[in-house]
Amino acid sequence: MIAEAGHLALIFALLMAALQAVFPLAGATLGMPAWVGVARPAARAQSLFLLIAFGCLVQSFVDNDFSVLYVAEHSNSALPLFYRIAATWGAHEGSVLLWATILGLWAGAVSLFSRGLSEVFVARVLGVLGLVSVGILLFILFTSNPFERLLPAPLDGRDLNPLLQDFGLAVHPPMLYMGYVGMAVPFSFAIAALLSGSLDIAWARWSRPWTLVAWAFLTLGITLGSWWAYYELGWGGWWFWDPVENASFMPWLMATALIHSLAVTEKRGAFKAWTVLLAIFAFSLSLLGMFLVRSGILVSVHAFANDPERGLFILIFLGLVIGGSLLLYALRAPTVKDHARFHWFSRESLLLLNNVLLVIACASVLLGTLYPLVLDALGLGKISVGPPYFGSVFTPLTAPLFLLAGIGPLVAWRQGNPSRLWRQVRWLIPLSIVAAVVLTVLWFDIGQIATVAGLSCAFWLATTSLLPLWQRFRHRKGLGGLRQPLGYYGMTLAHFGLAVFLVGVTVSNHFSIEKTVRLETGESATLGGYTFLFEGVREIEGPNYTAREGLFTVSDGDRITARLRPQKRFYPVQRNVMTEAAIDPSLARDIYVALGESLEGDAWSVRLYVKPAIRWIWLGGLLMMTGGFLAAADRRYRLTVKDETIVTTPA
Amino acid sequence: MKGRYFVLLLFFVLSVPFVHAGIEVREFPDARLEQRYHRLIGELRCLVCQNQSLADSNADLAEDLRDEVYAMLMAGKPDREIVAFLVARYGDFVLYRPPVKKTTLLLWLGPFAALLVAGWVLWRIGKARTPEPAAPLNEEEQQKVRKLLQQQNREEPGS
Repeated sequence: MIAEAGHLALIFALLMAALQAVFPLAGATLGMPAWVGVARPAARAQSLFLLIAFGCLVQSFVDNDFSVLYVAEHSNSALPLFYRIAATWGAHEGSVLLWATILGLWAGAVSLFSRGLSEVFVARVLGVLGLVSVGILLFILFTSNPFERLLPAPLDGRDLNPLLQDFGLAVHPPMLYMGYVGMAVPFSFAIAALLSGSLDIAWARWSRPWTLVAWAFLTLGITLGSWWAYYELGWGGWWFWDPVENASFMPWLMATALIHSLAVTEKRGAFKAWTVLLAIFAFSLSLLGMFLVRSGILVSVHAFANDPERGLFILIFLGLVIGGSLLLYALRAPTVKDHARFHWFSRESLLLLNNVLLVIACASVLLGTLYPLVLDALGLGKISVGPPYFGSVFTPLTAPLFLLAGIGPLVAWRQGNPSRLWRQVRWLIPLSIVAAVVLTVLWFDIGQIATVAGLSCAFWLATTSLLPLWQRFRHRKGLGGLRQPLGYYGMTLAHFGLAVFLVGVTVSNHFSIEKTVRLETGESATLGGYTFLFEGVREIEGPNYTAREGLFTVSDGDRITARLRPQKRFYPVQRNVMTEAAIDPSLARDIYVALGESLEGDAWSVRLYVKPAIRWIWLGGLLMMTGGFLAAADRRYRLTVKDETIVTTPA
Repeated sequence: MKGRYFVLLLFFVLSVPFVHAGIEVREFPDARLEQRYHRLIGELRCLVCQNQSLADSNADLAEDLRDEVYAMLMAGKPDREIVAFLVARYGDFVLYRPPVKKTTLLLWLGPFAALLVAGWVLWRIGKARTPEPAAPLNEEEQQKVRKLLQQQNREEPGS
């Protein structure tokens, strides 16, 4: 019953999405207020029906209803409740439903929080969002229905992939999708602006907070994914340049370019057409990511060719979205008047440079991700593009960004003063380099050019981002000078977070140490000044697995630092063996122990790591995310809405 | 035939519990050799896994290849020779750093070519967008200004 109700709710959601698309868009073009008025109620109804459908699927998992094919394939009665709920988005059908539901929620949010905008404009925005919803809901209903029945029902389900039975991966997809799908909102604003023909700066101001929120969620989603990969599958790695990761990273790079470009468009009226193009690209890359991950093309080009139904559907959808919006852009963009002028040394120029570097960096990730697929499809050979490629290409392309992010905000709009900037920052250059040298030599004993360069960059970025606050504090004699809008603090925090991230990357890349040893019970090994005493292995029984758990006492001299219990789990339903590493985390370093194989006698092979500053990577991500949310909460955007209300209310 | 092969491969890929790397205890005479070993197995691809390096994979093949890399290193072979041996056996697919050749030129040079083009475009935009400095007024214009000012001065007392 519940599954059928969910199916029905999906069909209703599709109908609502169709209403939301057709009437508002037609009404806005033909000037029919009644049709325009359909937009908000239809969007809210659509999100309500999607929530019902999604709730039905969750309920089917909670109830262990194995007569639902999707539940039977991805759950098990022994699976703990939390993971049964998370299993809802653990595989294809459910994650696409999550995608659609979040899209519905974004549309609902736009219908609620855009009271100040003109009805016609909101109708266009919601209409475009409705069109996207129609596409995705058709995809679900025709190719990926999660409510399909399996009769007769099996006695028990096939269980969730043990990799996914984990807190990090339970919360990672919803956050990531909030960001991914959130890119549909600036996209719809941009398309609505193109449709209305008036590419003024208003749309940029309206879409800024939405873009910032979506970007912040995307940042959080990627950070969570990286953290999960670190402790669950990576042997201490935190980024693998896997196509699935790249699929989420490309929209992030594009969205980062977009939030900077939107600032220029809103404040200076420049880059109007370019900003629209970025909004289109950001969402197109989100859809491309969905195509890559969902079509099976990454497993092999041939797997895709053998079962092309889903992939082909998304590919056509992708073609329609990109083709349609670029066609509209080509028709409308040439009419945009962009007379804003700026000097070569100005904040506009620096932000343009930021955009160019981010877009090219994104293009290089796209190239590296698609190249092996294209080569293989053309029969030109099989190659692998992995971390060494991205290290040599992506790193030099993005390095200037770290140098420029701090000084961009110090340069005035329209025409900056190079000598004034030089006077402000000149003492920070030797300071950053000396600090980096001192740190690498004193703290880590060894000095390497790459480490010194990375750390100098990080110090430079951190100090230049905080410099304006420091100057205000000094000149205004106290805290009064620190009264700045939230948007300013958001930006500063995000740039500072980037510096923190860079410290984490540099230090953990160059100073992590590892060791693989054979240990018998009672033996110990040393690494990085820590002694790891192996106290043996015992059998334990989990809710849906059995495990052998090692006990390690880690000590630093005669002080006990941590007791670590790495596990080797066996999941009987999927007949999978999983290694659960044990980690003693801290900001200074992580101690990471993983059990290997049982060797002869009561010996085990064991892998030990000491990874300094690796937490800073995710701390930096969290700071960037917080910066995004802070900036989105700036009073300016809310004031704007109120002002608009006053203007549009007849006196 | 081909289809069945890939279904088999897919099954193999999915059934390999790819979560845990093989952990072998290896002895190295010096730290530099150990570093080379880790760098090599980190840049070589496990051929039966979806996307994992030899270092991160627990597949039997990855284990065998790690053994071979280790043996060749201990035999004193240089990195280049070890890589060449694996490429001869498995093709370029085994390399995570694709070799530079005709078919990969676009891959390696594309981003930097794009950067050059973008630099040129930026330069053009910069030239087009630079605000023109106000030109000094010529004699005729100065007279006009004087006239206007005089006019204003005459009107003001009256108003």
